[in-house]
Amino acid sequence: MTRYQPAAAQQPAGAPPKLEVLNITKLFPGVVANKNIDLALNKGEILALLGENGAGKSTLMNIIYGLYQPTEGQVQVDGRPVELHSPRDAIDLGIGMVHQHFQLVPVMSVVDNIMLGSESVDRGLLDRESVSAQIRELAERYNMPVDPNAVIEDLPVGVQQRVEILKALYRQADILILDEPTSVLTPQEIEGLFEVMELLRNQGKSIIFITHKLKEVLRVADRIAVLRRGEMVGEADPAAVSQQDLASLMVGRKVTLEVEKEPANAGEVLLQLRDIEAFTDLGEHALRGVSLDVRAGEIVGVAGVQGNGQTELVEVITGLRQAAAGSVLISGQDMTNASPRRITEEGAICHVPEDRHMYGMVDAYSVADNLVLSSYYKRPFSSGLTMNEQAIAQHAEELVARFDVRTPSVRNSGASLSGGNQQKMVVAREFGRPIRLLVAAQPTRGIDVGSIEFIHSQIVAKRDEGVAVLLVSYELDEIMALSDRIAVMFHGRISAVLPRRDATREQVGLLMAGAGVANEPASQ
Amino acid sequence: MNQPIPASAFRRLGGRYGNTMFIALALVAIAILVNVTPLKEQTWLRVLFGISALNFTLRATVPLVLGALSGILCERSGIINIGIEGMMLAGAFGGFVAKTSTNHWPLAASLIFSVAVAVAIGGLMGAVHALFSIRFRMDQIISGTVIIIFALGTSSYLYNRDAIAEGKFSSIALPGLARIPVVGPVLFDNPPITYLALIMVVVVHVALFYTRWGLRTRAVGEHPRAADTVGINVNRYRYVNTSLGGMLAGLAGAFLVLEAVGQFQEGMTAGRGFISLAAMIFGNWNPFGALGAATLFGYTQALQNELLLAGVTRVPRQFISMLPYVVTIIAVSGLVGRVRPPAAEGKVYETEGSQ
Amino acid sequence: MATASTTTGFIRLLRALLIPFLALLAALLAGAAVMLLSGDDPLAAYSGLFQGAFGDGKSWARTIRKTVPFVLTGLSVALAFKVGLFNIGASGQFVIGSVFAVAVGINFDGLPAFIHLPLALLAGIAGGLLWGAIPGVLKVYTGAHEVIVTIMLNYVASLLGGWTVYAGGTQGQTPGPLWDRTAGAISETPDVLSSAQLPWLFGPPYRVHYGIFLALAAAVLIWWLIFKTPLGFEMRTVGHNMRAAHYAGIRVNYTIVLAMALAGGLAGLAGAIETLGLNHKFAPEFGGAVGFDGITVALLGQTHPIGVLLAAFMFGALDGGAAAMQFESGVPADIIQIIQALVLAFVAAPLIIRMIFRLRRQTHGDAGSAVSTSWSGP
Repeated sequence: MTRYQPAAAQQPAGAPPKLEVLNITKLFPGVVANKNIDLALNKGEILALLGENGAGKSTLMNIIYGLYQPTEGQVQVDGRPVELHSPRDAIDLGIGMVHQHFQLVPVMSVVDNIMLGSESVDRGLLDRESVSAQIRELAERYNMPVDPNAVIEDLPVGVQQRVEILKALYRQADILILDEPTSVLTPQEIEGLFEVMELLRNQGKSIIFITHKLKEVLRVADRIAVLRRGEMVGEADPAAVSQQDLASLMVGRKVTLEVEKEPANAGEVLLQLRDIEAFTDLGEHALRGVSLDVRAGEIVGVAGVQGNGQTELVEVITGLRQAAAGSVLISGQDMTNASPRRITEEGAICHVPEDRHMYGMVDAYSVADNLVLSSYYKRPFSSGLTMNEQAIAQHAEELVARFDVRTPSVRNSGASLSGGNQQKMVVAREFGRPIRLLVAAQPTRGIDVGSIEFIHSQIVAKRDEGVAVLLVSYELDEIMALSDRIAVMFHGRISAVLPRRDATREQVGLLMAGAGVANEPASQ
Repeated sequence: MNQPIPASAFRRLGGRYGNTMFIALALVAIAILVNVTPLKEQTWLRVLFGISALNFTLRATVPLVLGALSGILCERSGIINIGIEGMMLAGAFGGFVAKTSTNHWPLAASLIFSVAVAVAIGGLMGAVHALFSIRFRMDQIISGTVIIIFALGTSSYLYNRDAIAEGKFSSIALPGLARIPVVGPVLFDNPPITYLALIMVVVVHVALFYTRWGLRTRAVGEHPRAADTVGINVNRYRYVNTSLGGMLAGLAGAFLVLEAVGQFQEGMTAGRGFISLAAMIFGNWNPFGALGAATLFGYTQALQNELLLAGVTRVPRQFISMLPYVVTIIAVSGLVGRVRPPAAEGKVYETEGSQ
Repeated sequence: MATASTTTGFIRLLRALLIPFLALLAALLAGAAVMLLSGDDPLAAYSGLFQGAFGDGKSWARTIRKTVPFVLTGLSVALAFKVGLFNIGASGQFVIGSVFAVAVGINFDGLPAFIHLPLALLAGIAGGLLWGAIPGVLKVYTGAHEVIVTIMLNYVASLLGGWTVYAGGTQGQTPGPLWDRTAGAISETPDVLSSAQLPWLFGPPYRVHYGIFLALAAAVLIWWLIFKTPLGFEMRTVGHNMRAAHYAGIRVNYTIVLAMALAGGLAGLAGAIETLGLNHKFAPEFGGAVGFDGITVALLGQTHPIGVLLAAFMFGALDGGAAAMQFESGVPADIIQIIQALVLAFVAAPLIIRMIFRLRRQTHGDAGSAVSTSWSGP
């Protein structure tokens, strides 16, 4: 392993690093999350911590932020060993963290969120005025405009992220940990974030940037450290390393960055959406006239920043949400507001849901029961009056083998599997029956590279069998890699549909951010 | 392009004061109108809106609003408190035992001491609920049920039927204010716990929305992890709030024994704890909203009494007695619709990696 | 994990019984502590309790008689738990079931017993079904939380039951429709016709009726329904993860209403059996305390029908022995209620038991379903 090189601009010669972790090991029951990790962060640098899902990046950062206690090892700030028993200790040492899932209270205002835990109080009452003034000042200095009185849940994700960063700066953080900050942003917003990061670095802040995206690392990092399976496997200089090298280092084997597939051979229209309108549970107008066609044998990727109606779109297609207007035609049959079961059966549709724990599986059920979740009532699993446990177990054995679901037995609970295997279980159930239309939402969220490759290849295989595929993903890379056509969603509308070969990241990114929505898009 | 309606707009529909407050205020306005004009000659209007009905309403409202405030304190911090009924009963019983054992003291001292005991017992029950829910990770609804059964059983087991509480709180007319027509005799000529309950509404409101404690409490109830990541001890806030909530329920019990009835009866809370919960929900977890809702529920109870007193015999009395319960069901099902409880309610919070 | 499946099944059963058993033990110990603190003699009390429950044939008969309603209300609560609903309304459903059954039982003179009795039992089930369906429907269509609705319905049911047998007041109020005109100022129904009475298995002085077989059959039927049928699979799926159930094409609303109605039906059957088998009439004081105890029975039985049977038997013994205990030792029978609350606490929080008995932690299984759904509903 190569030691870090003290190359950063603002690190005074001979001074200890701003932050250093020494020989950190963290054990969870049955898992070694971190193993003998050494890492140093210099003053005024952006250090990228690269690793795939489950590599132990977040664990390490949570140790630095005082949320976890290491099993072994030590953290030093400015060369002095420190005790981090809670986030309070970390905050007091000038460590700030922007979590992957924002730690903001949705129903409270920006100012309340920012001062929470470090309130300014005047005669027993909260002094919102003075905090607002400080927020405006910080926002100005770091070029992150935000209205202190806005309520968090009304703000776009990009602005919410700004609030998170301001929250750390309000606490006078010198060390900023950004955990997967780009996963919810458009390419343009990502660029804006990088500019803020550079501004912060130039003003002397030290930043740890956690990601699994290679391009971003090369764009913004001063130095790169790579974690794999809980161990530090190397460091790299962004000027002297290629994406391919980083990928191999991250995964531990040669990785193909591109999904290999033949050009699409699109046939008849299997899914036809016309002017669909729908509302969220809270009554927000989530879909404002969505029209889209998906043909047999093609993958249509729906790109867009999370929260622009994708979730509701998938729910309307699969019958989980009522459409207020418009029509859904599957294989020419009107399925508008049909029951989920009718859509599944008559539409020959399968649905890989966005959140497997919320929709896709029952944690407490065995793998076998989870695998019949959408077919338990059919023969041979049920005779109508009683369930046939033997048939259910046999069916499970077959699917587990075919889809490489790693589980000690089909009787183990779904919850006991790893994220990647849970997702493969869901995919096995949905892909394992005859289908004509596949709706996959975020099919590879939060899982390891091996499982991602497997699921991607399965999706392409379905396409090649002539299945119509609607893929929804917030990861633009996934959309770019798999789609034959790209539909961009913004504010509850499809703002454009582009053939993959004509689409560039920049163009799609602009559309995702709302460019060109003024003129009503053609439905096809 | 029209902008989407912000989600918070729905939440703000009733504002921090709640729609229920407007309904309750309208009721009061009608009552004033009836009582200061010749309309009061109408028997039916007098039954429905007379001073007596209003007095009864306030008396019935006090335990409900205290119970609802108890629920608000607990639930705003993320602990569901279905055990208010039990905490109220335990407080009532504790107050009764304290009163009967200090009958020989000067009346005021004995009563104040008994209130303190009732509040302490309620607080203890709250702390037990918090302990069950947090430390022992018991399902919060079941923990609340345990509190109720335990309070029912213990108070019956220990109840000495020969014990008599001598004396109860009497009204204190506030000089000047009590002479305002209608409002004076209804609002400003009451025993002390009634005043205290109304003051508590304001206190809890200010505390929740304008103090550090309130901000942190709400954060803990909405998004405990966010609170944790800025160094707030989530469970400490939950312990404190649930105990404070228990104390308010205990105060409601003290009201029943030491101010309203003057004696203890087995199971005397008669569902008030549950109606309080409905008032809390109906009032959208806001103190003033809860006051409004409690007033409406209180009014249905008062109406029940006024109708019986007025000698309404055509409708069987059982149906009149059902009124508060039926109105509660209607309130939680029909009218509530879009309430939004604290998001983290009912869930155990565990720091990640704490095992 | 290489052991034969029968062995693991047996061990699993033992393990499932361990916590309830220790919970009972701890509750009895804690109850003894309460008695000592208030100057009662726990040994005398418990020996009186045991004698009263199992001392002789009559005690056994009483225990069995008391077990019957606990089985059914316990099953009622357990079934609702399976779809993730907390049915606190078994007492109301019990009362309505009693009223419906008695309404059929005191009418239709001349009907042969093999029609009259089943009809009366079915009426009781129907009453409970109806009363149980209300919170289900309200939950599904308005989001009203079943806990508040069922509790309020308990009060309403009790008042409604009171009205049906109301003797009329001094001010000349109309008496209730089921009131026994020969009863004077007493509010109660006439006796159920003999053709609608559940026959004795052992007649007086034992007074054990055939209800025990109905209860056993109900337990087996519910077990089969929950664990062996597609409908049971649907109910369990709804209880574990409502969204996943919706996703899987299960009619969630229908399943919830159905389960709540069936739960009500079970409690209603309990009421019917008590009126047709034991009381032979309805009066306001034959209320549904057993409904509230159904919660404890269901939890003590780990919401499993067989567990519910065992727990109900235990409750039958506690209740059956309580009066004898008070008579023998002078300890108020209310102590039983305290012990029951403690049992519930200890069962619902296995961590307390593990702490007291220093058991090692084990991973959580399928056992309990969470009921703390928030107030806003689905």
